[in-house]
Amino acid sequence: MAEPHAETTAHAEHEHMPHGWRRWVFATNHKDIGTMYLVASCVMFFIGGAAAMVIRAQLFQPGGKLVDPGVFNSLITLHGLIMIFGAIMPAWVGLANWMIPLQIGAPDMALPRLNNLSFWILPFAFSLLIATLFVPGSAPAGGWTMYPPLVLQFGDSFPMLIFAIHLMGISSILGAINVIVTIMNLRAPGMTLLRMPLFVWTWLITAFLLIAVMPVLAGAVTMLLTDHFFGTSFFNAAGGGDPVMFQHIFWFFGHPEVYIMILPAFGVISEIIPTFSRKPLFGYEAMVYATASIAFLSFIVWAHHMFTVGLPVSAQLFFMFSTMLIAVPTGVKVFNWAATMWKGSLTFEPPMLFAVAFLFLFSIGGFSGLMLALVPADYQYHGTYFVVAHFHYVLVSGAAFAIMGAVYYWLPKWSGRMYDMTLAKWHFWLSAIFVNVLFFPQHFLGLAGMPRRIPDYAVQFTDWNMVSSIGGFAFGLSQLLLPYVVWKCVRSGKRVEANKTWDGAHGLEWELPSPAPFHSWTVPPSEALIARGAEH
Amino acid sequence: MYRAGLGIFSRTLVLLAAAAGAPAADAQSGWSLINMPRGVTNVSRKIYGLHMMGLWVCVGIAVVVFGVMIWSLIFHRRSRGAVADVTMVHNTKVEIIWTAIPVLILVSMAVPAANLLVRINNNSHAQLSIRVTGFQWGWQYQYVGTPVSFVSKLGYRSDEARELDSGISPYAVPHYLLTVDHPLVVPTGEKIRLLVTSVDVIHSWWLPDFGVKKDAIPGFINEVSFTVDPDKPGTYRGQCTELCGRDHAYMPVVVRAVSPAEFAAWLKKQEALQKQGVDISAQQASTQTPLASPTG
Repeated sequence: MAEPHAETTAHAEHEHMPHGWRRWVFATNHKDIGTMYLVASCVMFFIGGAAAMVIRAQLFQPGGKLVDPGVFNSLITLHGLIMIFGAIMPAWVGLANWMIPLQIGAPDMALPRLNNLSFWILPFAFSLLIATLFVPGSAPAGGWTMYPPLVLQFGDSFPMLIFAIHLMGISSILGAINVIVTIMNLRAPGMTLLRMPLFVWTWLITAFLLIAVMPVLAGAVTMLLTDHFFGTSFFNAAGGGDPVMFQHIFWFFGHPEVYIMILPAFGVISEIIPTFSRKPLFGYEAMVYATASIAFLSFIVWAHHMFTVGLPVSAQLFFMFSTMLIAVPTGVKVFNWAATMWKGSLTFEPPMLFAVAFLFLFSIGGFSGLMLALVPADYQYHGTYFVVAHFHYVLVSGAAFAIMGAVYYWLPKWSGRMYDMTLAKWHFWLSAIFVNVLFFPQHFLGLAGMPRRIPDYAVQFTDWNMVSSIGGFAFGLSQLLLPYVVWKCVRSGKRVEANKTWDGAHGLEWELPSPAPFHSWTVPPSEALIARGAEH
Repeated sequence: MYRAGLGIFSRTLVLLAAAAGAPAADAQSGWSLINMPRGVTNVSRKIYGLHMMGLWVCVGIAVVVFGVMIWSLIFHRRSRGAVADVTMVHNTKVEIIWTAIPVLILVSMAVPAANLLVRINNNSHAQLSIRVTGFQWGWQYQYVGTPVSFVSKLGYRSDEARELDSGISPYAVPHYLLTVDHPLVVPTGEKIRLLVTSVDVIHSWWLPDFGVKKDAIPGFINEVSFTVDPDKPGTYRGQCTELCGRDHAYMPVVVRAVSPAEFAAWLKKQEALQKQGVDISAQQASTQTPLASPTG
């Protein structure tokens, strides 16, 4: 082992650490802001999850009378928006805040005050969004996709929805700018681009996607706003507008958006699998190029969400081919992960368990994605529970599992304590089993003819809906273990002494003491440390 | 509230019984509904074939890829004494192979899919055109070139049962949520072209057995066509598949396919009624009797 860095052990590290509420409200430290992002994301995950529990309870049997159909539509709308913009995306920004400076040898994020702003916008955005449930009329109930003309039918909640989306977009753009500036300017000398950990790479590409598409979403919802209040007719056919144009603009944002949620997951998985295989990542450069290819392709596949709107056949062909192409770089990534495990020396700590489950379940989501790309078959799949199953496989057992794996991977580094391994494994096994009980039957329901976004259904769909609901309740309950394990770890976990929590880990974050000091890499790491960390 | 608690209880018992391996009492039971219907049109069967091809290709890839991963999970564990081969970081030949093979697989899927796509988007030479207009919440059908036009809304008994305080079990209503007061009637064996549009928000007209799904968009007229097999007359059911507001779940699509002779007679009768100034929509709806007893 090399000497611990002199500067990292100095107690001066903990000086200038503000205390009390100022530490959080005026936070400029990347670790504090990262923590706040992660905590906020966890809160939103449970709020969005509560909506999902009501949805599954309503759908437990036909003739469900738990909530009014209008309320049901509001719940599915808020569930989607909260999980995407409140749970998954802020979790990734939180992980970026914590890990990018540690992994590239930077003292902090490049723009700390901007960082504070981009976090503190979020509580306001989500208070506004959730408050729509309590305004006269109805909360937005047109689905998270906000298609006009339906979305224009909602009253007082409509401008609140638009403003909340604007705020979330501003927050994301500021966060993305910060990530790019940090990675481009604050890498330690010797940390060349192709030495960067995959998590940093995937986040760099994600940040460019965010900057490219969040303004597009802002434009789309602004046009909705002016259509509603200022008499424009962007999407109003009676005024010469085009409702389908909204869908084009929305999905030009929306498809890159799904990669915004999954690319950092690819990065995390590329960190965890080598660590617990005790082998360098197979095909590091191919992984970087595959990520970039996926990001590029994400801009030219948007209309595969719209195969039934009546596009010209030539357009349908183009979007079918471009969508199928995505399977190639995605396949390369999965093969590289499989090759990394091949001839490894595998152990199955909780982060690895989540990563392995990710490999299998994300792939299943990829397979249904490939089937959905086949346009004639999509005519049957579109708008059914088959689609619901598909995107929950990639977002829950994909993105969310990767986030949970990341938390279990880096928590000892953050807290300086080890969590209860047994409880974490319980969390994993319950999640992995019930996520399948929850979502796999939804493939059947969709194929058999059950549309999505309905509060009641024909009686032949009862059996698989019950299975799905039981899986949903069990999955939802098991998630309570996650904050409990984290809380218990932070309060009373056994202290970890070593810099390296996991014997197979590589990377600069593992050269720092545990917990990582409040100010880290105030002196850049040496070239030797970087070279050792970059043994991909 | 109707017997919700008891309903949940008894359905759960059924569920547990089935989970325990008890044979399904009913062949039409929900447990067996796990795949796309083959349907009753040439197109729906072709789509089913494409779907199954896609499914089996995915299963094949999964067997190989998951097999390799499971092999590692079992045999390359440290607890079995596996030692990591840290030199294995890159292999250009392998990487080219696993980029090229997926490309070949994709091409072999894309060719039949593209062929079928071009074929089913041919709406020429239709023998009958029907204008389908979605609204919140129902469908209006208008037979082009005839005065026949009517509104098709959720059937009375389903509509009654779905109310929050109805007290009627969905199991007491035949084809709960999949009946209408006034189904679309089409002849079998003839090519029917639908001209689909909407007067308010976006809806989507889906009939799984025909392999037809088309969005109804205000300001647009979308074309889609189908030909029901001559030997497959019957009643076919589907639903709106684009979220269209509070009652999105309550605007089913029901089509009655009848022999051309029967269709001609039906159309003639409707024309006559229409000429007399009878509102077909209202007339048909009133012939339905309300449920005698709310307990069902």
